[in-house]
Amino acid sequence: MGVGITTKELRKVYTSPPPMAAGVAGFGMMGMRGTGSKNKKAFEIVALDGISLAIQPGEIFGLLGPNGAGKSTTIGILTTRVRPTSGEARIGEYDVWRQQVEAKWLIGVVQQRPNLDFSLTAREILMFHGAYYGIGSAERARRAAALLERFQLTTRADEMVRSYSGGMMQRLSIARAMVHEPEVLFLDEPSTGLDPQTKLLLWEIIREYNARGKTILLTTHNMDEADELCHRIAIVDHGRIIAEGTPAELKASIPGGYLVRLNVGRGSPELIERLQRLPGVTEVRADGNAVDLYADQGGALIGAIVSVVGESGTELCDVHISEPSLENLFLHHTGRSLRQ
Amino acid sequence: MNAKTFLAMLARDAHVARRNIWALLTQTMLQPLLFTFVFGRVMTGSGMMPASYKGMLVPGIMGMSMVMTGIQAVSMPLIAEFQFTREIEDRLLAPMRIEWLAVEKILAGMIQALVSGLVVMLAAWLVLGAGVGLSFQRPLLFGLVMLLVALFSAAGGLMLGCSVGQTQIGLMFSLVLAPMIFFGCVYYPWSALSGFPILQKLVLLNPLVYASEGLRGTLVPQSQYPHISIAVVAGALAVFDAALIVGGLKKFYGKAVS
Repeated sequence: MGVGITTKELRKVYTSPPPMAAGVAGFGMMGMRGTGSKNKKAFEIVALDGISLAIQPGEIFGLLGPNGAGKSTTIGILTTRVRPTSGEARIGEYDVWRQQVEAKWLIGVVQQRPNLDFSLTAREILMFHGAYYGIGSAERARRAAALLERFQLTTRADEMVRSYSGGMMQRLSIARAMVHEPEVLFLDEPSTGLDPQTKLLLWEIIREYNARGKTILLTTHNMDEADELCHRIAIVDHGRIIAEGTPAELKASIPGGYLVRLNVGRGSPELIERLQRLPGVTEVRADGNAVDLYADQGGALIGAIVSVVGESGTELCDVHISEPSLENLFLHHTGRSLRQ
Repeated sequence: MNAKTFLAMLARDAHVARRNIWALLTQTMLQPLLFTFVFGRVMTGSGMMPASYKGMLVPGIMGMSMVMTGIQAVSMPLIAEFQFTREIEDRLLAPMRIEWLAVEKILAGMIQALVSGLVVMLAAWLVLGAGVGLSFQRPLLFGLVMLLVALFSAAGGLMLGCSVGQTQIGLMFSLVLAPMIFFGCVYYPWSALSGFPILQKLVLLNPLVYASEGLRGTLVPQSQYPHISIAVVAGALAVFDAALIVGGLKKFYGKAVS
């Protein structure tokens, strides 16, 4: 039992600004190619540049990356809303683009932006959603009531959703995607806009759903969420996968694990070289006065760093130590922070 | 096609229409009834128009109401749902080919257009009192024209709804719908344009002309004014319908999938 997801060399090039189907709020422009003025295709964005994934049945898989990395486009392709330029996408045994309807039976989708039916009440939204999947009315009513209860929406279940707060809409969107009990659940940034308490409730519900053998693919730019929830993670940037593995594996893959970020008065090649020779330091990267040290220890290194910097004739303006984390991993691979 | 999914979507649209029934009825009925009252009652009652004008007016008003209702019923929600609320996404993901959702929209729009045509006909009859002179001796032809007109309005709504941006809704009314009504032979028969030969040819591009003339031809065939023949009306409407369905489905797919 259980249904997995596979993609092979997925590529997507937008030749016009992506419409709603991509669900992309802030679109990264880094893939944009400038072309000659006479060329009509002046707009070209490479959103995906060869994404291959093999997500196992029953897995919680996370796509982690900054805005515009290609996460939503990947979900768009897997959910029949974005046509890939090339490559293959499968839900279980079905090719998403050749066997759309078969694939659609298996999936539930929560988009990044709320897209609830504003002409209906919360309960009606769940009821009609069930009806679209041919579920009988008694069963639909039962499932709707149970989901409303689970997502703590029962007291306002019979109100029109236009009166709902953002967090309530988000919860209802997730409940709706679960009505037909899909084998594969897609969650595009599910915890955006949720307060910490609701976020915990959501994580609990996702784990429960997964415990029933369901596959979950979620996107996030929140490290904690990916770390806490996902069995495996792929880090995506500029439409490519730059690292993939369990959170523990990924964290272990950072050289040294600890990241010590320094800000010095004046960086110099000599300083870098001396820092590199400190015990336990595996890698040093410098960008002007900002210096990143990857090391197998954190605080214990500070004394040595202070004296090296002092001996190089400059001063230490700022030190920040971070423990092994996915954030550091991202930084290591891209040279950018996820939140940038 | 997945019939259960299709019917569930139709049920959803019916549910929403029921919820907004008073707003819908007002939107559909008010303007046609005002026209009917002023032109059909005041103008004929005061002797400025002959009494036979009543029979001329009612089919025209019916056609206009049907076309407006169908276009609005399909296009307005589509414009909002694709661009603003995105609420159509849940239905795009339902286990059915995406095009069937567009077909469902057309069917729902047709039903609304047909209901509005019949309601306006009855109401106009009540407003005008005696002497309207409608005849139902050709029920099959009348049914056929009604269906073709309803299909035109709904398919036109699909086309417009997938072509017009939400900032251009006002433009759609003033640029497309208003000229269509005034040059749609709603308030006068096509033969009345014989004094304007170029205009008379040009308005043949306007599908509403065939709707008005077709309804006139089937409802008041004995009128003193000649009508465009029903065969021409049916043929022209069928061509418009087919073109709009093909074009509308294509546009819809283009909107739904990037």
